[in-house]
Amino acid sequence: MPTTAPAAHALTDVTASDSTLRRFLHGLPGVDAVGLEARAASLGTRSIKTTAKAYAIDLAISMVDLTTLEGADTPGKVRALGAKAVRPDPTDRTAPSTAAVCVYPDMVATAKEAVAGSGVKVASVATAFPAGRAALDVKLADVRDAVAAGADEIDMVIDRGAFLAGNYAKVYEEIVAVKEASGAARLKVIFETGELSTYDNIRRASWLGMLAGADFIKTSTGKVAVNATPSNTLLMLEAVRDFRAQTGVQVGVKPAGGIRTSKDAIKFLVVVNETAGEDWLDNHWFRFGASSLLNDLLMQRQKLATGRYSGPDYVTVD
Amino acid sequence: MTTENTEKRPSAFAYAPAPESRSVVDIAPSYGLFIDGEFVEAADGRVFKTVSPSTEEVLSEIAQAGEADVDRAVKAARRAFGKWSALPGSERAKYLFRIARIIQERSRELAVLETLDNGKPIKETRDADLPLVAAHFFYYAGWADKLDHAGFGANPQPLGVAGQVIPWNFPLLMLAWKIAPALATGNTVVLKPAETTPLSALFFADICRQAGLPKGVVNILPGYGDTGAALVEHPDVNKVAFTGSTAVGKAIARQVAGSTKKVTLELGGKGANIVFDDAPIDQAVEGIVSGIFFNQGQVCCAGSRLLVQESIQDELLDSLKRRLSTLRLGDPLDKNTDIGAINSAEQLSRITTLVEQGEAEGAERWSPACELPSSGYWFAPTLFTNVTQAHTIARDEIFGPVLSVLSFRTPDEAVAKANNSQYGLSAGIWTEKGSRILAVANKLRAGVIWSNTFNKFDPTSPFGGYKESGFGREGGRHGLEAYLDV
Repeated sequence: MPTTAPAAHALTDVTASDSTLRRFLHGLPGVDAVGLEARAASLGTRSIKTTAKAYAIDLAISMVDLTTLEGADTPGKVRALGAKAVRPDPTDRTAPSTAAVCVYPDMVATAKEAVAGSGVKVASVATAFPAGRAALDVKLADVRDAVAAGADEIDMVIDRGAFLAGNYAKVYEEIVAVKEASGAARLKVIFETGELSTYDNIRRASWLGMLAGADFIKTSTGKVAVNATPSNTLLMLEAVRDFRAQTGVQVGVKPAGGIRTSKDAIKFLVVVNETAGEDWLDNHWFRFGASSLLNDLLMQRQKLATGRYSGPDYVTVD
Repeated sequence: MTTENTEKRPSAFAYAPAPESRSVVDIAPSYGLFIDGEFVEAADGRVFKTVSPSTEEVLSEIAQAGEADVDRAVKAARRAFGKWSALPGSERAKYLFRIARIIQERSRELAVLETLDNGKPIKETRDADLPLVAAHFFYYAGWADKLDHAGFGANPQPLGVAGQVIPWNFPLLMLAWKIAPALATGNTVVLKPAETTPLSALFFADICRQAGLPKGVVNILPGYGDTGAALVEHPDVNKVAFTGSTAVGKAIARQVAGSTKKVTLELGGKGANIVFDDAPIDQAVEGIVSGIFFNQGQVCCAGSRLLVQESIQDELLDSLKRRLSTLRLGDPLDKNTDIGAINSAEQLSRITTLVEQGEAEGAERWSPACELPSSGYWFAPTLFTNVTQAHTIARDEIFGPVLSVLSFRTPDEAVAKANNSQYGLSAGIWTEKGSRILAVANKLRAGVIWSNTFNKFDPTSPFGGYKESGFGREGGRHGLEAYLDV
């Protein structure tokens, strides 16, 4: 497993000061929005059929971070979600488990119990998710709580205000601090791409996150209008590809929010396959942050297996 | 030749075959010439075969027009001209709109047909050729009743009978580029499709009948070069429009010299795709790929010369090679195919010869690991590094999936090298700096200049060349001028 300590790679000088960091991020190649979107759209026309579709659907199921992030979450809801993650299709044991369940910190302990012994991870959002508007020590306490309750993965949000104000060093230092507080838990860094707004910003945020030691870079919280898109995910996949080429460190990618159908998920997998390559076609390196996606994947899986589309009453509603 | 030294592993995510259905198109065992609204045999009974370049399967047997047929077709077009040109523009527009809509309705069938006859991937015929064909007819339909306002004075008059000769690289699209403006302006046409790709033009003849187009307004004469020469030479042709090779274009110019025929020629090219060090690199790589590998590089405006700023050359080439390794070559009807077949054995041998010459002259050849099908005409995507302006592959049009990479140090050097060509059809500029786009575009001698994109077409935009790339413009308001007596 490649190390992710921020000081270990070839770009250490970049983070030596605020000005070196700024020069580096502003020196990254620009992104032509029209060209990027055209490329994503053209990959969206790939026709994934039969055996390839079966492979993609199982892979997608195994990459889902099955998520519930509501004020109304209860232990009962989280237990149901955990059961679903472990055995997504109670009628078919060959259906793979999802990668993780993703909950708020106060639900981590419940989630841990629900998935105990299954290999399904528990991810917890933290750092005053989704706005991230809290003092650093509050954010770190949030992270430590989640880790103490057994979270395997921490999904943090960056300070978008600081990023948009050009205060990259503040964002960097926060990520480094959260990484340290996360201990052995893998850290996913959420940019909230819909708020960063431009592709140039998304590329800069990707590098900033990776330089600070992110294990995963993640598009969005699912709580704003624009979440994961094939274009912003393609751009982040280019970033992790280029980062590995320069540093040897592999970083994962997690699009989250707005991916609801199997067709969408398969398009994202095509983007992964043809951008970062098959090294990322594994749930250690690519995840879908989603809730309703899973049932659509299961319905499509049943249809492929039986030739019939059975409908929403034949998958569990949790 | 160097290729990827690692054997291409079968990917875990191997895309299963996803072929478009052939059954959506019904190709008859034989086709006649389309003269005066009827399909007829050639006067001398000659026929030729058209094959599918990806399999060498014979698709159909086609009547081959000779001089007598050319005369018959020109006479039919002349007879039709009076009434057709006298129709109000709004009436001619109705026919063109009808044709455009039929093309849209039959686009899946026509896309499969074009892919079978030409060898290009279904992805391109479906997403590029056919939408552009329909758009071209829609666009010129809109002009038909507005010619008074096109900037050529009041009531501009058509020329008469247009003799049109088109190439095999975009068979139906080149037909649309020729026929739509000719009909909108009130001319009648005799069109000769290329001998390797006659089918879509004959299907278009059927669409003309379906649209109720008056007899003789459109005539289609499949045949070889001699058919085209007879058409160009016919004394009752008023306008010659040709798209094809510079050698044939020159011959046509000589043929019509001294006559009153109006001529437009759209010929070869050696487009320079210029990548500056401040370019959006990932999108530039995509643009380079679509610039030279779109339609297997068989595009007159292809970006066949990559001019890259020396300071980013290595980085860009690494990215480009990685990208080329993801191209999928194979069955053109498979929806996931990126690179289809070369159109003919003749073209394949021309590409092969020029590539061998490139190697012999010392340029370094590279292709991704790529298995070619055993039958049909195929050429792997290829790039040459260590190329200089003196190399044949930097000067001659290859018309195949072969990219020559050259470098430059300064913007002035980039412009000088880009313009240092007998051709002047297309160029591309890649930079995030708007002022540089404008400054460089002003200095390039090329008819079409793309910035931060390549090989994008639109019926509203004029297209044509400088120097040995020809003269006259097709598309846009400018495209009307070639068919009007102004």
